[in-house]
Amino acid sequence: MMKHNLILRVISKFMIPLIFLFALYVQFHGDFGPGGGFQAGVIFSAGLILYALVFGVETAKQIIPPFVLRCLASLGVLIYAGTGVASLILGGKYLEYGVLASTQVAGQHLGILIIELGVGITVMSVMLIMFFAFAERGQPE
Amino acid sequence: MLDSLIGITLLTLLMIQAFAIIYLRNLFAVIMLFGAFSFISAGLFVVMDAVDVAFTEAAVGAGISTILMLGTLALTYGRNEEKQEKKSSHKPWLPLIVVSITGAMLIYGTSDIPAFGDPQAPAQQHVAPYYLEKGLSDTGVPNIVTAVLASYRGFDTLGEVAVIFTAGIAVMLLIGGRRRSTRRNTESGDDDET
Amino acid sequence: MDLIIGHYNYWLVIIIMMTGFYTVISQGNLIKKIAGLNIFQVSVFMLYISIGNVKDGAAPIIESDVTVYSNPLPHVLILTAIVVGVATTALALALVVRIKESYGSIEEDDIHNQDHSL
Repeated sequence: MMKHNLILRVISKFMIPLIFLFALYVQFHGDFGPGGGFQAGVIFSAGLILYALVFGVETAKQIIPPFVLRCLASLGVLIYAGTGVASLILGGKYLEYGVLASTQVAGQHLGILIIELGVGITVMSVMLIMFFAFAERGQPE
Repeated sequence: MLDSLIGITLLTLLMIQAFAIIYLRNLFAVIMLFGAFSFISAGLFVVMDAVDVAFTEAAVGAGISTILMLGTLALTYGRNEEKQEKKSSHKPWLPLIVVSITGAMLIYGTSDIPAFGDPQAPAQQHVAPYYLEKGLSDTGVPNIVTAVLASYRGFDTLGEVAVIFTAGIAVMLLIGGRRRSTRRNTESGDDDET
Repeated sequence: MDLIIGHYNYWLVIIIMMTGFYTVISQGNLIKKIAGLNIFQVSVFMLYISIGNVKDGAAPIIESDVTVYSNPLPHVLILTAIVVGVATTALALALVVRIKESYGSIEEDDIHNQDHSL
């Protein structure tokens, strides 16, 4: 934990909420500009990694316990696969988003939004799982 | 014209960095150069009009890969150890010959590829115009890359999410717990730690 | 001359690719090998993206006043490839950590001296 780097701590307290906001922007504007699920997940996890680097891994683990991270990783894949199953239930083929809403185009847009959310959640939690695994390995029992 | 000038400059920078990564022995410098390499290649992708790819490469290559490598460096070298690569005892002639032959064959092979940026190349003819024309009206999403990734080729993206999920599980299995990671007093050979 | 103007960027990309390949097969340190592997990967991505580039084209985001777009299909392929590449790199680095814990060193010569079956 960095006790002596005042500049880093002040600046990261200022930057981390902006990083999260930018990650959410990239996630939901992936339709209209560059972006999408992967980029948003990586940027969100980069914000949390910055927090863990400056304020300590233990403090970061209090924000997001590893148990929650594992559940979130599975939840993302479940959302993605579940959208396909929902299309099956509503009468179409697997991952045919057109049947999810009233018109074909609205259904496609809704389906793309939901699966990008699932992708973003999974990528964010997996990057954090990997970082926490690397950061904690050297600590003695 | 300016595009190609920027492209050549960035490619030259990338070549210099790649040669420096071979030549340098200090591992910390190698990892930092690697992060810079990823970042400049993201700039090159923007010059070639691939904005989504540039975004992902900058975030993933200069962000996640670099920090995981730094974590590995911290776990494999002690706090007071010199983070240097050892002098190799092998002569580089055989790898150089293999690399030269492979490079020459590849360069000979690329002479058949259509010129850079040719609008009549076969790669731009068959499927891409359909996606560019019908993408917006089929899916309602102006970003064609997202439309193809999420709707037209949604199965591949499902597989990709499964791959990254599996990688997370595998890393958790390999180095998930807290262990005493240094075993310096084992019966290792007497030619290390010097 | 036309050949050079049309193909110079492919040749530069192949030089970078061979540099990464050389790092993988000749350097002894495992972390440098993984860095070389990543250099190889990025240069392959550059090769694919430059195949999809169209002269005077714009990024493949539909706007009302643009007529020529770059090919979006290589972008999709490379997006997936980048994410798979980072998964592979993370796994390789985790394996390097485990190798260090088992053999005490991450230099190829030391590992070979300790375990002659490799």
